[in-house]
Amino acid sequence: MIRRIACCLAILGLVAGAGEESLLDRLGISLHGFADVRGGVRTSGTDLVSDGSVLEGRLQLEANHQGDIFTLQLRTDFLYDALAEDHNFDLETGSGVMDLREAYVLFSPLDFMDVKVGRQILTWGTGDLVFLNDLFPKDWQAFFLGRDQEYLKAPSDALLVSLFPEFANIDLVFVPQFDPDRYVRGERLAFWNPGLQRVVGRDDAIDVETPDAWFRDVEVALRVSRTVGGVELAAYGYSGYWKSPEGSDPLTGKAVFPRLNVWGGSARGAVAGGIANAEFAYYDSRDDANGDDPFTPNSQWRFLLGYERELARDFTFACQYYAEWMQDYAAYERALPMGIAQDELRHYVTVRLTKLLMNQNLTLSFFARYSPNDDDAYLRPTVSYKISDNWLATAGANVFLGSQDYTFLGQFQDNTNVYAALRYSF
Amino acid sequence: MNSRLAFLLPLLALALPAAEPTVDEIVQKANQVSYYAGKDGRAEVEMTIKDDKGGTRVRKFVILRLNGEDGAQKFYVYFKEPADVRSMAYLVWKYAGDKDDDRWLWLPALNLKKRIAPGDKRTSFVGSDFLYEDVSGRNLAEDTHELKETTDQFYVIRNTPKKPDTVEFSYFLVWIDRETFLPRKAEYYDKNDKLYRTVEATKVETIQGYPTVVESVASDLRAGTSTTNAFSGVEYDLGLNDNIFTERFLRRPPREIR
Repeated sequence: MIRRIACCLAILGLVAGAGEESLLDRLGISLHGFADVRGGVRTSGTDLVSDGSVLEGRLQLEANHQGDIFTLQLRTDFLYDALAEDHNFDLETGSGVMDLREAYVLFSPLDFMDVKVGRQILTWGTGDLVFLNDLFPKDWQAFFLGRDQEYLKAPSDALLVSLFPEFANIDLVFVPQFDPDRYVRGERLAFWNPGLQRVVGRDDAIDVETPDAWFRDVEVALRVSRTVGGVELAAYGYSGYWKSPEGSDPLTGKAVFPRLNVWGGSARGAVAGGIANAEFAYYDSRDDANGDDPFTPNSQWRFLLGYERELARDFTFACQYYAEWMQDYAAYERALPMGIAQDELRHYVTVRLTKLLMNQNLTLSFFARYSPNDDDAYLRPTVSYKISDNWLATAGANVFLGSQDYTFLGQFQDNTNVYAALRYSF
Repeated sequence: MNSRLAFLLPLLALALPAAEPTVDEIVQKANQVSYYAGKDGRAEVEMTIKDDKGGTRVRKFVILRLNGEDGAQKFYVYFKEPADVRSMAYLVWKYAGDKDDDRWLWLPALNLKKRIAPGDKRTSFVGSDFLYEDVSGRNLAEDTHELKETTDQFYVIRNTPKKPDTVEFSYFLVWIDRETFLPRKAEYYDKNDKLYRTVEATKVETIQGYPTVVESVASDLRAGTSTTNAFSGVEYDLGLNDNIFTERFLRRPPREIR
């Protein structure tokens, strides 16, 4: 027994230095994290944004207590971002020296009920980098700049109540103050400004009005899920806002977040030696019920089909087909004042190849997305190598291609970048 | 009564050699003893992977196992080390018969339950010299079994794959303890009849009446690598609840993994 304790202490001592850890241990708190340095450059040489795409040092600390009565989780990043122009600390956008990722308490007030309250990362749905029913905030800026994929998910300040009756799992999320995406703004990534009809950068950052009244500008999300014979079925609902400022106010000229309801469903299961998934969602744009308001997106149906399978040992192939069908298209066309009309049916395909080598310590991954409508594409090759149990080296690129400047991916062409990172985990 | 028993015992003893199990009984029993002990089980595993230059990598995880009907099982694997996979969890629903396992990986930083495509079962488990099949068991119906030899201590079984092109070995030999039916050693031979891989139970203890491997070593003789698994905190018949093997307890790891 004493030997086991001594052994535990020795391990803990190695994890995070000496004496203090044993105090944390006595309190039942584990302390872990990583340090990560990352640099990247843009290959385009545009003047709209800086030549460097990312240059930062990051320390993530995670304190966790798993008790019989409750679980406590605190996970925060301390960040030095050499390229950020705005160093002001903002808990909502994650800018400044600290990005609080998680701070929650999880407990079970009833046998069939879990409650998780506080800042948390929420995810559901079946897509790979494609989101239909997952209306939780994303950070596309972090993702496209070459930060780790975990930063694509931005945290929510929310109450999650999960119920586990016999027939299904029910997850209900209440967000008391709207959490928008950390959407692409001009300061780090150049993008198409439809008002100015050109690609803009840091000097023309967009003026946005965000719904932010506590307990009034709320979001509610619901999932009911059940696994039947290995097939995962789920139904979803959401009430809130478009997650990026997709509308505009003709009076003020500001970009706004129109109201949005979403409902949909998904299924995922084993098919022909692989995994197939299907998902759909109806986006009900509540501020433009007839589709004739040119300043607000129309309602849409969204569909996704995916398939993944291992082609050879440690080599996996996955593909997806995604379609977005605009409703009230005739009204949209009639109301469109000028500029370029979107297609009624827009779609794209994605492919992902993943290969593990050298005893699974070297991972090669390639993700590509191509849209025949927009004639644009996004390529994301990454290489990562586990140098040791603690050290991880990563390199990758974000490549944007397009024949036009105004399409979803074509607008980002000036942001094509390569990056490298080194991480020490403890 | 006593005198009748006394009379029967020598007869029974004489009858014993004739009651030697058939090869099918031996492999069935060995499979049961190695992968299905108790109604459920738990073990902490410290896995040390040695590369050919003497460098090591260490993985620590806890395995929970629950037996179902007709050989179906559920596994919950919770990773504690190394730091970059800490608190990830791996969930497997294994079915009776030929149906592929359902597998999920829980990624806590994304709060994501990721479904994993069914894979080649002779793929390395977490980069070690153990294969998925060593961990979850190889379907007995995939090989033909032949009792090659019976020694004082072991039944030596030769296992030949029915579909040789789906595996990298041409056959493997297993030494099964005649008393406990626990496999103690396996030797894998390639298409040139050359030994290239061994898996050995290097330490065995009886825990709660079940013969249990507490240390095992897998060696890849060609690559010059080996992996040692040290098992501790082994318990059987904990009364694990079926709902531990669901998303609820991926999000909130059960107390049994602590």
